[in-house]
Formats: sequence, structure tokens, C-alpha cells
Amino acid sequence: MKIPRYTMQKIAFAIITTAAISVGIPLVLVIGYIVAQGIGALSWEFISAAPRNGMREGGIYPALVGTVWLTIGTAVTSIPLGVGAAIYLAEYAADNWFTRTIRLAIINLAGVPSVVYGLFGLGLFVIFLRFGMSILAGSLTLGIMTLPVIITTTEQALVAVPQSFRVVNASLGGTTWQGIRKVILPQALPGIMTGIILGLERAAGETAPILFTVAAFFLPRLPHSVFDQTMALPYHLFVISTQVPGMPIRIQYGTALVLMVFVLTMNLLATLIRRYYRRRRQW
Amino acid sequence: MNNTATPGKAKLVLHDVSFYYGDQPAVRQINLRIYANEILAIFGPAMSGKSTLLRILNRLSDLAEEGRLEGEVLLDGKNIHDPDVSVIQLRTRVGIVFAVPVPLPLSIQENVTYGPLLGRGRSKGELDELVERSLRAAALWDEVKDRLSESATALSGGQQQRLCLARVLALEPEVILLDEPCSGLDPISTLKVEKALLALKESHSIVIVPHNVQQASRIGDKAAFLLMGELVEYGVAEQIFTRPKDPRTDDYITGRFG
Amino acid sequence: MEIPAVPKEVDWREFAVEQLIRLMGVSAIGLVLLIFLFLIKEGGPALLEVPLSNLMGQRWYPTFDIYGLAPLILGSLLVTAGAIAISLPLGVATAVFIGEIAPEWVREILKPVIEIIAGIPSVVVGFIGLQIVSPLVREFTGAPTGLTALTGVFLLAYMALPTIISIAEDALDAVPQSYRNAAYALSATEWQTIWRVVLPAARPGIITAVMLGVGRAIGETMTVMMVAGNAARMPLGLDALLRPVRTMTATIAAEMGEVARGSTHYHVLFVVGLALFIVTFAINLAAAMTIFRRERGGGGRFLA
Repeated sequence: MKIPRYTMQKIAFAIITTAAISVGIPLVLVIGYIVAQGIGALSWEFISAAPRNGMREGGIYPALVGTVWLTIGTAVTSIPLGVGAAIYLAEYAADNWFTRTIRLAIINLAGVPSVVYGLFGLGLFVIFLRFGMSILAGSLTLGIMTLPVIITTTEQALVAVPQSFRVVNASLGGTTWQGIRKVILPQALPGIMTGIILGLERAAGETAPILFTVAAFFLPRLPHSVFDQTMALPYHLFVISTQVPGMPIRIQYGTALVLMVFVLTMNLLATLIRRYYRRRRQW
Repeated sequence: MNNTATPGKAKLVLHDVSFYYGDQPAVRQINLRIYANEILAIFGPAMSGKSTLLRILNRLSDLAEEGRLEGEVLLDGKNIHDPDVSVIQLRTRVGIVFAVPVPLPLSIQENVTYGPLLGRGRSKGELDELVERSLRAAALWDEVKDRLSESATALSGGQQQRLCLARVLALEPEVILLDEPCSGLDPISTLKVEKALLALKESHSIVIVPHNVQQASRIGDKAAFLLMGELVEYGVAEQIFTRPKDPRTDDYITGRFG
Repeated sequence: MEIPAVPKEVDWREFAVEQLIRLMGVSAIGLVLLIFLFLIKEGGPALLEVPLSNLMGQRWYPTFDIYGLAPLILGSLLVTAGAIAISLPLGVATAVFIGEIAPEWVREILKPVIEIIAGIPSVVVGFIGLQIVSPLVREFTGAPTGLTALTGVFLLAYMALPTIISIAEDALDAVPQSYRNAAYALSATEWQTIWRVVLPAARPGIITAVMLGVGRAIGETMTVMMVAGNAARMPLGLDALLRPVRTMTATIAAEMGEVARGSTHYHVLFVVGLALFIVTFAINLAAAMTIFRRERGGGGRFLA
């Protein structure tokens, strides 16, 4: 028997809608569950104290500070290079084989597994350049990993600025760079910021690239310089959820909650910037 | 202003100029002289190469990918493609206004000062004076003098187009190119722009691609008829619009095609 | 008249800036080469020290200098294949929902949700896997442990979803509206249009989505290390999914911290990294080629 086609459509749409909803539901459940389980662990001490008693008591302050440091370090290393490369691709590069090679390289950088970035950072920064396991080595590793995200989103933001502005700049005697600096970059800035934040968000949550380049298992004091090792939130969560027997579950959820809040706040910030400026944009 | 060129001496001379996009010729073998203190109207049907010809005059055509120029363009007797000619200086001497007004997403004041500030620093007083003079010459001053710091994109279409004219005037150019500057404007705005142009020709060479034959005959001193990239006829406007020599010109202005 | 002079310095400044920016653009190529170079530099010695027959073996016992890579490679393949088997239909369905069916307001909710999924740190996914998914897997399958390949498959599938959804959605979006109109004109229903016209037309893009999803899943480290049990045995037999498994990424992450620098084991771990690099490089190259063929020059649009 042939199913009537509108019945068929109803069945198909029902299946698809169910599938789409089932993608979103675990996220809501998981976030809700982490909040419910972790909120009890949160206290001023949890945020501001070092772990004690084999990490089974106390707080996560050094790990939180370490992640902030690493995020800043990632920003410093990846933003100038990423935005510069994007400007080159969007504003200067001709459409030829050389440019396509650069694009291929960026696509491949985006696909390199994070643990391979860790190996690379170990080989180049920790050993070859003798930075040792340090914030410097970790930031550089995370920075390079973040580059493709920043390059791609920045290029999109630049390309979205109307071509007519570039022509007007040239027609008024502006050089390419003057046009970029005075018109194109300011107009693309919200989009660029969104991309940067999303890139940093991912870097802040990464564990594999920092395993061999900076992360300390347990280091209850704060780093003094970029040549120090540091604890970091994602690695700390890994450690206390797999490596420490008898770890109170409350602290584990609390740490997961803080990490999620850290990352989701950046995500929210990026979304807000994008919404706000999309509404205000004049072109 | 150095527009005391002796009568008969051309400001811009085009010598056998052709331009190709890839293999596709846009204009072919153009020979043309453009004089100071005159308005030249270049008219013709769509896609006849008018806009390309304008863009050649200040080398905006350089921006076209796979574009190729043949022949030479002389400004005050100097080939504008000579290696010692700065394309940046050229574009400040030969300004252009486009069909669709594109105010930069800046304030009115910043739009006008955009060009002048690219070159060198200027004093505040000098700039303010320049802004007022340019906006007055573009017949816009009275409408915007109280809101110079507001965004230029909030202006009406007609005001935006006059702002774009003022922006070019602020460069203190010798030649002004206008590519259908009134195509999107209402009759009143059009009249204001035309009045401004008639006043400006006292001190500038003006090349305009009018948006119709009527406008060409209203304001042109000289006229050039372009058809499929070829210069069909060039001469005194009055003669061209009343007694064209070439039958194709006659056909076009009497509305038999295009 | 006096032309507004362009000071000479603008010329050389312009030149310097342009060269600097060009250098930054080119640096992307340099970085890929640099990564490759250092993997070779650190991994190369292993290829001299360890006989090929050893590396080709079926057992991974570094303590006894037995470095058979097969269990790790098969482990990676197993969890990746399993993850894609789940996330491909789910992801494409979600992309169809977002692109073709959902009302605007649902789309506005779903898109940020997918972005958030992409942003959840893999260590948090692993943590959730340990706390919630793995007990469920143990309960439902009756396996002796919840730390199995299957657990890894579920979590990896979820992590590959954002990649697949966003690229598949781009592919659907790129199908010209005229195709749909033509189908409607022939009195096709919306579903017939999607199934017979839009999806086939978007197939190259969906294949790209799968390839990049594979790349994402095969490179994922922390999650599989935390939940897949990490037993370096050949994942063969029907119940392989219900036993612990060890992937290439997890092997590097778990062991690199404990090996002596310069030891054979250390170099072999770099070889594993090199293999991962080459595999993901090939996948991304292939995906990029299909994209370049479709839209000249737009290469990285989907990466963010």
C-alpha cells in the first residue's frame, strides 16, 4: 500500500523535528544537572582558596587564575597574527594558487587534533626553544591552535563590509591600508570581536594542548612569571575526576560548573556583541 | 586656483584609449579632449562604456581585476600612468562622484574631511573652513550645518549625493567626474546638484555622465556620444543635440533606441 | 593650485604594513610546515629504533618495547565510525529542520544552542560521560564496566554534531531556491522537494560535513580518554563496542606525561601524533577540495 504523500510528509517532519529537539535536550539537561549538583559547592572560599588535603578540600583559585592567564596569553599570541592574516586574505590577496595554498593551510590548521598541538608545543616551545613547561609555552601552543578560528571569522567580518567603501576610499586618494584602518576595520570590529571571543572560549576550555606544555597537576601557589607552570581549570577537572581517589563529588561538579560558567559567559558575550551591532549596523 | 589654462589647451587628453575586462573591450580607441571651465557630458545607452571611461580618468580602473588599458591619458600634458605619477595624488586632483551615493559610515564632518586628512595634518580652523566651503559649494551647508557630527547615513538620498560631491570638493580637485549623480534623486535635488555644478565649472573641469539626454543638454557645454565603447560624436553640446552629424547620434537623442 | 601633498612617508609606511600583513598571511603555511617538521623531528628516531614489524603488530605494551599501533588505530576508527553513524543522520536531520522546516523563532533558539554545544570543553563532556552516560551504558547493556567504546561513541557523536549541522546547513542553504520552486510547480510536497531535490543537490556539501565530522571525532582526546576505558586491545568481535577501547589520541595524552624525554616510547608517541596529523590533513584536504570546487576562493567559511 502506498502511503498518501501528505501523511508521508507528516511522518517525515515529525521524525526530523524529534531529531532536532533531541540535539538540544541533552545540552539543557546537562547544564541544568551541573548547575544543580555544583551550585552547593560554590562559595567564596571555593573561588578564592587553593586546594587542600590532596585537593579534596579547599578551592580552585590557582586553577582559575591559571586559566585566566592562559586565556590572556592566547589572546596576545593569536589576535595580532590572526587578524593580520585575515586582513591579508580579505584585502590584499589575489585569487591565485598561492592564496589557495594559504587557505588550505588554514583549513588544515583548523583540523589538526588538539593533542597534536600539544605534541608540537612540547617539541618546539618546551624543548627546542627551552621555554620549559610554562605559561609562555602553553599560551603559544593555544594561540596557534586558535589562529584558524580567528582568521576565518575575521575574514568573514572584513568581507561583509561593502566593497563600495573601499572604492570610495581609493577615489578620495586613500591607500589600501588607510581604507582598512579608517573604515573597514572599525566597521568589521564587532564581527572580529565575536570571532576572537569564540576562539578564546575554545582555548580556555582545552586540556590536551596544555597537558605537556604548561599544566601542573597540583601547584597551590600562583605563577610569578610567564616562565612558571600553572594549574588550569580544564586540567584540574580532569585530574580530580579521574586521578584522585575519594574525591568528593561536590567539588568535581563545582569545578565543572565554574569552567562551564567561564566558557559560557564568553559565548554569551560574543552573541550579545553580534546581536547588538547587527541591529545598529547602517549598511 | 590654477585653472587659468590658456584657451585651446586641454586639461585632459585621451589618446587612442581602449580598456578591456579580460578579452572584452569596454571602450575602444577613444580620442577626446577635456577643457577647463567646461562641463563635458558623456552620454549613450547603458553598457556603452561611459562609467569605464570616467574611471580611467582617475585610474580607479586600476582596481578592476583583469582590467587592461591601452593608449594614454594626459593630465596637463603628463601621462597619468607614468611611473613617477602618484596614483594617490592623481585621485585628489581628479575627484569622482558615483551614481549611488556611498556615505562612509562616519559623521557628516568626517565624510567631508576624509580625503584631506589622508594626506597631511591640518589645523582645526583650516578644516572647519574647508568643510563649510565644500558643503556650501555642494548646496548642502544650510541643511546640515547644525548637525555636522551626526551620522551621514541618516541623510536623505539627495543630501547624501550632495555630501559625496562636497567630499570630493574638499579634495580641492581640478577635475570632477560625476557618474549619473542624479539617477536616484527627485527633481528638486537634481536641480540643486545641477545648480551646484554650473557654479563649480567656473573653477573646475567637469565630466558628467548624465542620467538622460535632457540633463546632458541642460548642463553640458560639450557633449560626447558613446555607443558600444566607441566615441561616435563629440562637439559643442548645442550642436550635438540640435544638429547631430552622425545618424546614430540622431537616432539616440530622438529616442529611436536605447 | 597646491595639491594636498601625500607625504613620502605614507609610501614606505604603506609598503612596510603591506609586507608585514603579507608575512602574517603566509605564516599559516609556515605553521603547518613547522608542525609537520617537529613531529618528524621527534617521531623520526622511533622509525629508526623500532622495526616496522613491531609497529605493525597487534599489541601495545610500551613497558616491554612492544609498539603495535593496530589496536590504537582500530580503536580510533571504531569510535569515529560509531560516532558518525549516529551524528550523520541526526545532524543532517537537524540541518534540514533548521534550514527548511523550523519557523524563524525556533531557528533563533537552535543556532546559539548548537554554538554552545561546540563550545563545551571536551573535559566537561568527559566528566558528564563519567558521571551520567557511563552508568547508564552499564545498566542498559549489562557490560561489566560503563567505560566502553560505546560510551565514547555516544559522546563523540554529540561533539561532532555542531560541525556536521553547520556545514550541512550551509550546503542546504546553497541549493538555489529555483530548484525548490520548480519542484513545487510540479506539485511536489515540501517533503518530496526536500527528499528528492534539495538533499541530492546538497550531497557534496553533506559529504564535506561528514568528512569534517570524522576529522573532529578522530582528533578528540579528553572525552575518549576519560570514558572509553583505555584498554589497548584489538577491538575485534561483535561485542567490541561494549568493551573498553584505546584511541590514538588518548594514548598520547595518557602516556606522554610519564615517559622519559628522548626514550623510544617518547618517539613512538610522536609517531602516533604524526599519523594523526597525516590522517586529519588528508581528510581536511579532501574536504577543502570539494569546497573549492563549489565556491572558488571561499575556502574557510565553515571553519568557525
